Amino acid sequence: MSKFKKKKDGGLAPINTASLPDIVFMLLFFFMVATVMREDTLMIKNALPLANQIEKLDKKNPVSYIYIGRPSDNYKKFGTAARIQLNDKFADVSEVAAFIGAERAALREELIPFLTVSLKVDKDANMGIVGDVKQELRKVNALKINYTTGSGDALNN
Amino acid sequence: MAKRAAPEVNAGSMADIAFLLLIFFLVTTTIEKDSGINRKLPPIDDSEQDVIIKQKNIFTVLLNKNDQLLVEDENMELKDLRAAAVEFLDNNGDGSCSFCQGKKNSSSSDNPTKAIISLANDRETSYSAYISVQNELVAAYNVLRNRLALQLGPKKGFPGMDFVQMQENYKSVQWPGNKDKLKAVIDQIKELIPQKLSEVQ
Repeated sequence: MSKFKKKKDGGLAPINTASLPDIVFMLLFFFMVATVMREDTLMIKNALPLANQIEKLDKKNPVSYIYIGRPSDNYKKFGTAARIQLNDKFADVSEVAAFIGAERAALREELIPFLTVSLKVDKDANMGIVGDVKQELRKVNALKINYTTGSGDALNN
Repeated sequence: MAKRAAPEVNAGSMADIAFLLLIFFLVTTTIEKDSGINRKLPPIDDSEQDVIIKQKNIFTVLLNKNDQLLVEDENMELKDLRAAAVEFLDNNGDGSCSFCQGKKNSSSSDNPTKAIISLANDRETSYSAYISVQNELVAAYNVLRNRLALQLGPKKGFPGMDFVQMQENYKSVQWPGNKDKLKAVIDQIKELIPQKLSEVQ
């Protein structure tokens, strides 16, 4: 009988996938090193404009973030005009002062004068709301600001 | 005794596990943008003291709600702004600036320490246009500061380094040179060409 049994050639030899985990781990480590955990969940559109005369934000000093932009698709009910987001929720211009106060309260006393406010403003927002925020910051004497931007040619904005 | 090979461990699921971790990191993390244009806001000053500044020392830049530029009462394209600002700052009207190469036009700025750039914008101006203008104005200052740094640097022992590079080196941990000396040079350049950019509220 066995004489007539068709010899199985098993089709193609299996591909060795032993290095696949290594490749994926490589990608994984790259992402672990190059990225940071999301601090705030953005509820607004936040495409930053480009500029090329930029300086790195000094991470030795404390940084507070103020996001401005128009509500993203999930939050359409908040309207289409640009809004301010502080710590995970929408805020009014009048709340900026309280926010800076809270940020300062969380800092060691000697670091308070070095607090930098990073303004992450969507490029489609208009200057009215940015000007209002800047005015509020002046009132609470938070004068160091940084217009956070992407790096690129500013003429293409 | 015959040597028996160790049984092979099935590592087929390792890739799946690694993918799972990878996708977790892709979703929960962001590549952070942490650079931008540093500015200092003017403090609110209640004491109303008017500083008299000669009109010729002020370079007015207006940005209207349609993102059009009006520079010194003339329409201008954004790409020409940097050159115009450099020309204004570098003018050296009173001849007191030794490193300037300007035209010494008597109707333009006296010297870089007196020259002020004033920027005004509308409420409806778009933020991207505003940032572009800020960027060009900072660039104008950097052009002059770089030029001065290349002149001053070799005398102070920092040849071939422009201002932007000096600042980078000063902040960099890996730079081996003398940071105190570098700081002195940076401060000197900043003093000779101060960034006087005022914004009209």
